[in-house]
Amino acid sequence: MLVGFVFVCVPQNEEKRNLSLGGHVGFDSLPDQLVSKSVTQGFCFNILCVGETGIGKSTLMNTLFNTMFENEEASHYQNGVYLRPRTYDLQESNVHLKLTIVDTVGFGDQINKEDSYKPIVDYIDTQFENYLQEELKIKRSLFNYHDTRIHICLYFIAPTGHSLKSLDLVTMKKLDSKVNIIPIIAKADTISKSELHKFKIKIMSELVSNGVQIYQFPTDDEAVSEINASMNAHLPFAVVGSVEEVKVGNKTVRARQYPWGVVQVENESHCDFVKLREMLIRVNMEDLREQTHARHYELYRRCKLEEMGFKDTDPDSQPFSLQETYEAKRKEFLGDLQRKEEEMRQMFVNKVKETEAELKEKRERSLHDKFEQLKRMHQEEKRKVEEKRRDLEEEMNAFNRKKVAAETLSLSQPLKKDKDKKNRSVKTENQSAVSASSSKVMMAKANVEPLNCQSWWQAIQCCTCLVHNAAWKPGGLF
Amino acid sequence: MIQRKVTDFYECEAVTREHLAILSQLFFRLPEKQYVGFATLPNQVHRKSVKKGFDFTLMVAGESGMGKSTLVNSLFLTDLYKDRKLLNAEERINQTVEIIKHTVDIEEKGVKLKLTIVDTPGFGDAVNNNECWKPITDYIDQQFEQYFRDESGLNRKNIQDNRVHCCLYFIPPFGHGLRPVDVEFMKALHEKVNIIPLIAKADCLTPNEIKKLKDRIREEIDKFGIKVYQFPECDSDEDEEFKQLDKELKECTPFAVIGSNTVVEARGQRVRGRLYPWGIVEVENQSHCDFVKLRNMLIRSHMHDLKDVTCDVHYENYRAQCIQEMTSKLAQDNRMESPIPILPLSTPDVETEKLIKMKDEELKRMQEMLNKMQQQMHDKDQ
Repeated sequence: MLVGFVFVCVPQNEEKRNLSLGGHVGFDSLPDQLVSKSVTQGFCFNILCVGETGIGKSTLMNTLFNTMFENEEASHYQNGVYLRPRTYDLQESNVHLKLTIVDTVGFGDQINKEDSYKPIVDYIDTQFENYLQEELKIKRSLFNYHDTRIHICLYFIAPTGHSLKSLDLVTMKKLDSKVNIIPIIAKADTISKSELHKFKIKIMSELVSNGVQIYQFPTDDEAVSEINASMNAHLPFAVVGSVEEVKVGNKTVRARQYPWGVVQVENESHCDFVKLREMLIRVNMEDLREQTHARHYELYRRCKLEEMGFKDTDPDSQPFSLQETYEAKRKEFLGDLQRKEEEMRQMFVNKVKETEAELKEKRERSLHDKFEQLKRMHQEEKRKVEEKRRDLEEEMNAFNRKKVAAETLSLSQPLKKDKDKKNRSVKTENQSAVSASSSKVMMAKANVEPLNCQSWWQAIQCCTCLVHNAAWKPGGLF
Repeated sequence: MIQRKVTDFYECEAVTREHLAILSQLFFRLPEKQYVGFATLPNQVHRKSVKKGFDFTLMVAGESGMGKSTLVNSLFLTDLYKDRKLLNAEERINQTVEIIKHTVDIEEKGVKLKLTIVDTPGFGDAVNNNECWKPITDYIDQQFEQYFRDESGLNRKNIQDNRVHCCLYFIPPFGHGLRPVDVEFMKALHEKVNIIPLIAKADCLTPNEIKKLKDRIREEIDKFGIKVYQFPECDSDEDEEFKQLDKELKECTPFAVIGSNTVVEARGQRVRGRLYPWGIVEVENQSHCDFVKLRNMLIRSHMHDLKDVTCDVHYENYRAQCIQEMTSKLAQDNRMESPIPILPLSTPDVETEKLIKMKDEELKRMQEMLNKMQQQMHDKDQ
């Protein structure tokens, strides 16, 4: 039989010995001192409620804390998810609680829900970041700091009776390393007992098989380990919320009234509301805060600092001061920033110059084009006007000629002989012609055949003989 | 003329009676001659239809877990979904919508019904549900197209009517009204199929909440212009009771339904219902839910109207659109063969109209430019 020896290496100078006390010293009042200190300070608790619109988040909060937080109904048509934190001051006996309830508005309403988890993760990270900043300050006041880190995330699962929704799985996976998650089945008065049992098993198996870490109630403290262990087996809690009071028997309880019965909120056989309240508020609130600080916040802090390039020991294996490194990093960062600014300014100036030059060129060109165009148009118009003028002049001339011809009709007789042939041809053509066409012929002839006359008098006479032999109808040339 | 020697008082009476009988026959034969007999037509229709049998295609759509299968089983009192495999959440992250058809033949009092249920698993289940209704609209169009082809074919004896006559859309009761995915789905389908919206799992709502939700949903349906199935107006000569029932029916939409296939014992009777620690929900109890109204409307009174609206309105719209597209395509392609006779279109070609408009605008612009330049020249001259 082998007996294992355990050697405990203890540095020489330190020896832990257990001593017994001779009398009552009094340091057993330490917890009380702590308690009275924290009571004076007041407590702070932050709850994040994640769930679809209308699933009963606000009602459950009202039921849990037995009060009416003002809340308007959210609409289904938000463009994205946004978080709405509200802080309330509650008091019970002489204990003050600063309660912050963060609601996710618009969760699960969009058609494309791939980015729905991002605002939630960002919010949680921001709260951690704020705390980290406060911690890293030179002059800090942590005892006065209003801690906004989320201590608990209640994830509301829709009571379909089958399994988790795909959105639920994706979101919980993203949140499980940042916050304590307690999944609860909302509106549980729509699932019968047998269905509920199957549903719970299915949900837990899905969470386990996908590696989602939900909050386990601590079982290391003997005072509460038993109750916590039994509660762990009841997860996820199937809750019903109500602020309306209904008379049942001779008591008035919070319940929901249906035609077929009354669902009492605080009846353990109806739903798990009482269990949730016990676990969340009465037993484990402090543990939740501790877990948030010790586990989730520390994880965030470590990741963040590693990102910034800090290590626990520097290359020479000397423990290094955070402050020094921080200052060095900061300087470097500022230097970078300045350089970038300069670059951007330079780029901007260059761009402005370029654009100016471009614009100028463009403007010049366009003006030049316009000028050319106008010049062309002007010439075009001029030409047209010239043509018109010529036409008008010709008309005038023709008209004058005719006028004169008409006046001097009697003088045309002796000149008929040499123009007869021409006239006859014209006559045969224009035997039945209207005056207009014959005058046109005359015009044509006047234009095409240069008159074989030396002087204008003769020209007129030629024309007049033509006129005389044509059929002249009163009433007009054209 | 009957000549008889009246020998006796009794004989005389008999003769008078005989005379009377003959006379009465003469008088009463006239209306008999006017009876044509087409009042038996409804009976003939009834007989023929019973012999032919009926068919009905019902589509159910909605997220999973809304109780669609349970409701269908409750409606038709059969077990359609025997071996169903439900997917895990992980598998559903990127799920696409499938279309699954179940066909059963059921018979009641000699009337045969071929019932087809078209199921749409995967609708609204994925994380990204963009256009998740596309497979559904494609399916409906496909059925219309197939019927269109059959109808225009040469052998029309055995046309199988697979067109979807009605779509039951399940709205979750957990929200405050319609969600964007509900609105988009209904808008994509309201011109292709008769949509009947239902509030699913209504046993999580108290009567007040049901009323509020119904009002909200009706309001939003109006706001978004969704055309759900409207019950036909009843004739003015129907009796008051019928009209009252009809009015109640119309005010009750959308129906808040609960489904169950398990039988429980309530008030000494065995009824279909759901057993809770605080009470028993009876599916067929009118004060518990609107299941009875839905069943009566869907099966007992309006089944044929649903089929008619599908044939006369939705299918005709599809057909007209299809033909118009085909003719405009033919005009462009100039192809000669087509199995369908080309109908003359009253609307002019859209393309030429567009060109004309463009040219008009160009001309206008040039005119303006010319005016401007003339003005400028005029200014220069002055």
